[in-house]
Order: sequence, then C-alpha cells, then structure tokens
Amino acid sequence: MDRNADISDADPHGPDRTPRDEAPGARGSGRERLNAYMTGLALSLLLTLASFWSASTSAIYGPGVPILLAVLAIAQMGVHLVFFLHISSAPDQVNNFLALAFGIFVVGLIVFGSMLIMANLNHMMVPMDRLTQMQR
Amino acid sequence: MTVAATPIEEIPLSLRGPAPTRVLVGYGFWLFLLSDIIIFGVFFAAYAVLSGETAGGPGGPQLFERGRVLIETGCLLASSFTCGMMAIAATRRARGTTFFWALVTMALGATFLSLETIEFARMAASGAVPQRSAFLSSFFTLVGTHGLHVTTGLVWLGVMIAQIATLGFSAAVQRRLLCFTLFWHALDIVWVGVFTIVYLGAH
Amino acid sequence: MLGRLTWSAIPWGEPIPLITAGVVGAGLASILGLIVWRGWFPYLWREWLTSTDHKRIGVLYCGLALAMLVRGFSDAIMMRAQLALAAHGAPGYLPPDHYNQIFSAHGTIMIFFVAMPFVVGLMNFAVPLQIGARDVAFPVLNAVSFWLTAAGVLLVNVSLVVGEFSRTGWLAYPPLSETAFSPGVGVDYYLWSLQISGLGTLLSGINLVVTILKLRAPGMGYMRMPVFVWTALASNLLIVAAFPVLTATFAMLLLDRYCGFHFFTIGAGGNPMMYINLIWIWGHPEVYILILPGFGIFSEVIATFSGKPLFGYRSMVAATMVICMLSFMVWLHHFFTMGAGANVNAFFGVMTMVIAVPTGVKVFNWLFTMYGGSIRFEVPMLWAIGFIITFVIGGATGVLLAIPPADFVLHNSLFLIAHFHNTAIGGVLFGAMAGYTYWFPKAFGFRLEERLGKAVFWCWLIGFYLAFMPLYVLGLMGATRRMQHYDDPNWQPLMIVAFAGAVLILIGIMLTVLQLYVSIRTREHRRDTNGDPWVGRTLEWSIPSPPPAWNFAVLPQVEGLDAWWTTKQRRLDGADPGGARAFAPFHLPRRNPTGFTAAFFAVVMGFALIWHIWWMALGGVAGIVALGLRQAWRTETEVEVSAADIAAYDQARMAGGPA
Repeated sequence: MDRNADISDADPHGPDRTPRDEAPGARGSGRERLNAYMTGLALSLLLTLASFWSASTSAIYGPGVPILLAVLAIAQMGVHLVFFLHISSAPDQVNNFLALAFGIFVVGLIVFGSMLIMANLNHMMVPMDRLTQMQR
Repeated sequence: MTVAATPIEEIPLSLRGPAPTRVLVGYGFWLFLLSDIIIFGVFFAAYAVLSGETAGGPGGPQLFERGRVLIETGCLLASSFTCGMMAIAATRRARGTTFFWALVTMALGATFLSLETIEFARMAASGAVPQRSAFLSSFFTLVGTHGLHVTTGLVWLGVMIAQIATLGFSAAVQRRLLCFTLFWHALDIVWVGVFTIVYLGAH
Repeated sequence: MLGRLTWSAIPWGEPIPLITAGVVGAGLASILGLIVWRGWFPYLWREWLTSTDHKRIGVLYCGLALAMLVRGFSDAIMMRAQLALAAHGAPGYLPPDHYNQIFSAHGTIMIFFVAMPFVVGLMNFAVPLQIGARDVAFPVLNAVSFWLTAAGVLLVNVSLVVGEFSRTGWLAYPPLSETAFSPGVGVDYYLWSLQISGLGTLLSGINLVVTILKLRAPGMGYMRMPVFVWTALASNLLIVAAFPVLTATFAMLLLDRYCGFHFFTIGAGGNPMMYINLIWIWGHPEVYILILPGFGIFSEVIATFSGKPLFGYRSMVAATMVICMLSFMVWLHHFFTMGAGANVNAFFGVMTMVIAVPTGVKVFNWLFTMYGGSIRFEVPMLWAIGFIITFVIGGATGVLLAIPPADFVLHNSLFLIAHFHNTAIGGVLFGAMAGYTYWFPKAFGFRLEERLGKAVFWCWLIGFYLAFMPLYVLGLMGATRRMQHYDDPNWQPLMIVAFAGAVLILIGIMLTVLQLYVSIRTREHRRDTNGDPWVGRTLEWSIPSPPPAWNFAVLPQVEGLDAWWTTKQRRLDGADPGGARAFAPFHLPRRNPTGFTAAFFAVVMGFALIWHIWWMALGGVAGIVALGLRQAWRTETEVEVSAADIAAYDQARMAGGPA
C-alpha cells in the first residue's frame, strides 16, 4: 500500500470515515464551489475596477483616496479568502482561521511597526550637512 | 472504555485523534504560505520605508503605466478563476477537463509574466535599474519576488500535468493539486496588495 | 573557472586556524577510516543518514549541538584568555582582526548551531511521544530540515580553513557588512550558511505545529497536553512567524552585496537602520523560541521529581501563549539608543517590562509545585533548581535594561553581555542539559552516570557565576563588548576571575564527554528495564526504552492530564488490569535519502555562491530540483507493520518487563 492508493484506505493516520476538521481550500461539493468561484470572480473584478478608477479620478476627495484604496484592497483579499480559499469561521475551519489571524497580526506588526519606527528615526536624524560640520 | 462508546459526532474535533494525511498536508502548506506572506510583508515594509528614496532618479509616477498593470491584474484574477475550475475537474477525476483548465491557467500566468518582463526591460533600458536608488531596489525586489513566485507556480503546474499524466489522480497527486491551488490563490492575494500599494499608491 | 577561489584562501600564515584545521581534519579522517574499516557505513546509511524516524533525527540534532558546543566554547575561552591578558598596553595573543572573527563565530555558532539544534532536537524527540503519535506530520521533511541545518554547520566550519569568517558580529549589521566595508568572503559564508539552515528550521517549525495540532492521540484535547507540548507549540509558531523575516532581511543584504542594490547602503537612499529594525523583529522572537522549550522541560522535570502534578496548569498555558504574542511586541529594546525618540522608546520599554510578568507567573508555579512535594535531587532536578536561581537573576537584569535611560548607559557594555548569557546559559543551556539527562534513558535504554552528571552540573553552575558576575560589574565600570584590549588596569582582576570561570566550564564540558563514554561502557548497571526510570507522568514513559520504530503499539486513549500517571494510579487501584491487547496493522514511512542528498547539493550551491563559481552554483540548484522531482515520483513511500510483527515485539518485551 502506498500514497497513491485511495485516501480512504490504508491512511497511516486513520481511515477518513469520520468527519474531521478540514484542509483549507477543500470544502464543498462541485456545484457549491462553482458558484463560489463565479461570485468571487465577479466581486473581485468589481473591486479591482473600483480601485483603478478611484486612483485616477478627481471625483473623490484627494486625501481620502489612500484610505479608500486600502479598504477596497482589504475587501478584495477577503473575497479571495472566502470565495476561493473557503476560509470561514465554521468549527472545522478554526485552525485555518486562527493561523491566518496570527499571520495577519505578524504582518501588521512588521509593516506598521517598521513604518512608525523608521519614520521616527528618520525624523530624529541630524541633517547631513550638520552631521559633517559636527565631524570637523 | 467510555470514550469509544460515544458517537463520533458528539466528540469535539480536538479529541478525535490523528487527522488524515490530506488535512495534515493542507494545513502544513497553509502554514508555509503564511510564512511566505510574512516574507512579502518584510518586502512591503522595506518598500513603504524606502519608496521615497529616489536619490535624484526616477520615481513611481514617472515609471508606472497603470493600463498595463490593469491588464496584468485581469490576467492573474482570471487565472485564479480557471485554477478553481481545474480544481473542480480534478475532484471529479476528469482528466481532459483538468488539462484544459490547467493549460488556460498557464497561458494566463505566462501572459502576466511577459507583460511584467516587458515593463522591467523598458525601465532598465531607460536607466531605471535597481542599482540606481533604494526605491528602485525595493520596487524590483518586491514585484520581482512576486514574479518569481508566479514563475515557480507555472513550473509546478507543468510538473502537476506530468504527474496526472503518469500517475493519474492518486491521493498524493490530489493533495499536491490542493497545495497548488492554495499557492496560486495566495499569489493573487499578494498581487492585490502589490497593485494597490505600489502602482496605485504612487502619486 | 573557480570564481574568486585561489590557493591564498587557505590561511597559510596564521598558525591557529591552520593547526586547528589540521587537528580537526585528522580527527575526522580517522573517524571516517574507522567507519570504513569496521564496515559500519551500510548500517549508518540505512539507520541514521536516511532515517525519517523523529527519534533518530532528534538524537542527530542533539549530537550536532553538542559537537558545535565544543567549537563555540573554544571561541569563548580564547576571548576570555585574550581579555585576561590584554590590559593597559599589553597586546594579548590574538590580533584584532582575528579576534573580530572569533566573537562573530562564537555568537553565530552558539545561537544558530548549538542552542537551536539542541532545542529543536529535544522537541523532535519528545513531542510525538508525549502526544501519543507515531511520528511527526512530515517525516521526510523532518530529515530534510536536519540535514539542511547540518549543511549550514559544514559551511561555517569550512570557513575556518578556506577563506575567513565574517568580522561583523553575530548579526552582521550594515554598513559594515556591505561590500564596501567587507569585500571578502566572510559575510557571504555567514549569510549563505544561515539562509540554508534557516530554511531547515522554518520547515521544522511547520512540521511540529501541524504535528501538535493535528496528530494528538484520541482524547488528548488541548487542555490535556503536557506543558512541554504547549511550549513547543508556542516556540514553533514563533519559528513559523519569525524565520521568514530573517530570510527576507538576509536576502536584501545579499542583493546589496551581490547585485549592487541599495537597501542598506550609505548613499543612493539606502537605510542601514532598517536592517537593524528588521533583524531584531526576528531576533527577539528567536530568543523566546530558544527559552520556551526550556521552560517546558523544567515544567516536566519539576513535576516529576517533586512527585506532584504541576501547580497551576491553566495559568502555565495562558502564560506561555501570552509570552508567544508579546515576544513580537518588544523588539525595539535592542536598539533604544538608535534614536527613535522618547515616545517610541517608552512604549517598547513598558512592553518589555510587561513580558516579564507571565514569566514570573511561571516561576511561581514551579516553586509552588516543589512546595509540599517529596523532592528527589536527581541530576535533572539539580539543573532545574540551578535554572530557577540563575534565570531569575538574568531576567531581573533584563528588566533593568528595559528602562531606556538605564539602557543608554549600559547598551553594548559587558553588562548586556552578562545579562544575555545569564538567560541563555541559565535558561537555554541548563534546560537543554536537563532535557538531555531526562530523556537520554528513553532514547538509549540506559541512564547517564549520576555522579559525573552532578559534577558537570556543579562545574557549569559555579563556572557560570565566576565567568559572568564580574561582567556585570565591568559593564557598570564602563567596559564595552567586542573589545580586544583595554586601558584600565583596574578591570584586569575581574577579567582574570572571568577566565577562571571559563576554565571551570571547560572542565564541565570535558566531563560531559567523559560521562557519555563512561555511561556507554557501564550501561548494564543502569539499564532502563521498564521504560519509566524516573517514575514519570507523561505518555513517553508508558512505552519501552528505546521505543520501537512505531512508538505506540496501540494508540493510547487519553482521559485526562498527566495521562501516564493517571493510568498507573488506576492500575494500582485495580481498575485497569491491562493484559492482552488487540493489534491492528499500520504503515510507517520508509527511510529516504532526499534529506542527506539535498543537503549535499545545498553545500555545493552555498560554497559556489560564496566564491562566485556560478556554474557550480547552478549545478547545486539543478541537483536540488532533480531530487525534488525524484521525490515527487516516488510511489513506494511506506512499509506495512503487520499485527503479527507488533504482537511478536510485544511478547518479547513482556518477557523482559511490560510497558
């Protein structure tokens, strides 16, 4: 028996007869998944076009554009996660969801933490000409 | 023993014992993808910090062409959809359909890559090379890493086609296809961040 | 043809590395010769080099760590000797250039190639046994992870003989580590060996998280896991989150060095401070990756040798997970003096003090576990008591350093050196030695010799205090780190005391080697006959020592915390007679050469990249790709263990004493 046999027999970690928590991306029947993909595609297209339009139009208050772009981007990432990757808060998806949350937490810390710290550091930097003066 | 007598539906998920291989592989690959996204996070952070450092050279607004980026985005988004179609066909073990959607995905991915290569070549020809400034270093690294991941994905997809052709839809091949679809969708998610922050964010 | 590699890469004019290389080379050659002459190679290849068994891989990791401890420690004692001599105009015996390579190698080796492998090895060995699993989630990947770490070790050691090592400290800050200021191969050796072993560590982190979350025995819910498993989970989650930051940051430095990019250069807009920011985003979680498993080991040891359940299980779990989260929110305390300003410093200073709180909760729980227990002062318990005293001092000095104004005086002084050695030796090393002694009988079937074990402990404990307490004083007197000589003659007596401490630790290390030799020779006196030499509480003590490849003949049905202790109590009460069990067949992973051969190609690729031999680098990459494709088409990946095989094994064990 080897890994190429059907997954329901001879699985070293136990036969897959009982409902267990699910691998990410693997949920649902064919029909459900087709609908999910179609919906996901349509929403993503809309959000993409909305982003490109917001960035080039003058109809939106200028300083508000970056925030709108961020919201649209986060929304589109969510659409991908829910419709293409089938991440949800269902009980058999809990581990997947928690791992994602941890990943987002860390990325957020890295990106925003670095931006804040570097901005503070750069702000406190002595200007180059003063620095060379100090070295004389 | 009391535990064995309880019907399985009443036992909480965390007490049911070892999970099947498919769940292990899927979750392990999901963690690997999250670690990959953290790598991208670092490159995003570097870009955010260094995007203003053009050292007197060209900046984003001078170099970026949003029209091309829109087409690239469309290609990648479409390829995410066709990848999903491929996954459905693979679950039904429909070999021909799987190959069809796989090849369409490859074509869309290859189009994305050629457009990006043209963009990089144009920039380099006009002197906007990564060695010019910190901004260009961070731009090429961030976008280039994404492009390298797409390239790797296409090679992987080629290998998967070969695996289906030689080994059929075995359990191992199905698990690897699952991993590929996770990878491909995640790349599209990263691209949403790239086009928003890098291309649309440049002003 | 050979890039920038020439004969002058070998340090003909420097006696110390040349002689060391000669001695080590002769030693390796004689070991290889012995293996070939005695015909051991087929056995070694079959049972160790291609093994996918987590127990074997755990032993390999720990063996690698102990071997590298000797290398890292030799760097340490050379530095201590130099500083004992080089006062007030005396030159010492190590030229500054050489000294810089030595302190860089010392830190790099101790963190990446001693502490990490030791901790990963102990987790690899013990976690599957404690959760009632047959192996980790991805056994072949586990082998790949180990061999990639070994590849990194090999590259670092090759740098001693071919070329040079970096002179930029264990974190290689730019702009010093950029090509303009470090044009040689040293920094490249550092970067490539760490990228390769870092990938191995990341894969191992993923492996253990999946194992802990998805492969526990039936009935083992989260709140029934041993505390060591909880700390292993936290540590591996940190690995998965933090190591990518290291990979990306080193990649940017490599791009600067190889392709002329400008991430961290001076000029063209680069920002060296960004490197320091990013590297410490990895660096702080790294130290928690190292210490958390140590905390877990002590939780197991203290409960076992006090004969009581661990006090405050829930608060231990909560404290562990809180430390896991908080460890990502304190990193700026490593560069208070870089100038981010008072507000930023204040936030991170406060967060650093906050992270001491859950650690304090753990210490109190250990103390309350010991209180009222009947304590057995076996060797692991000695390490635990030594740890509690030593680590608390180190943690306290950490809280002192967490105050930015204090840190402005003490940053990069010997006070800082004393603090992190206090926590690293008192916490990580003592934990590793406790785990080594505690789980040795499970791995090999006999205990380590006790009196030598106690001697090792006392040498390390007294040696540590002699070596590092003077450094706290010296730091407050103004002595900085990484200095090759100093002017103030008042510092010399303290430096000499520190050197004496290092000598005592050297004796401790030599006694460790002796202990292993003596233990093997006289192993029949200390056989572990029933698998439970310490009267333990957790599942690994319910199986024979050494365990069969499949660990558990029947997966245990867990009904509470301290599963093995509960089972023993029930047997004493007559409630669980044990007796004949029904065996079902299962599959075990086959041995696989992918790990060893992938590491071989990784070394080839790394060496070639360092010396700019591009064709050879491509060859290395091609080899790895080919191996991946070979593995993808491997269909015979498992071997079946029949019910008859298990029954036969069980009968044989029953005759010698049941598990």
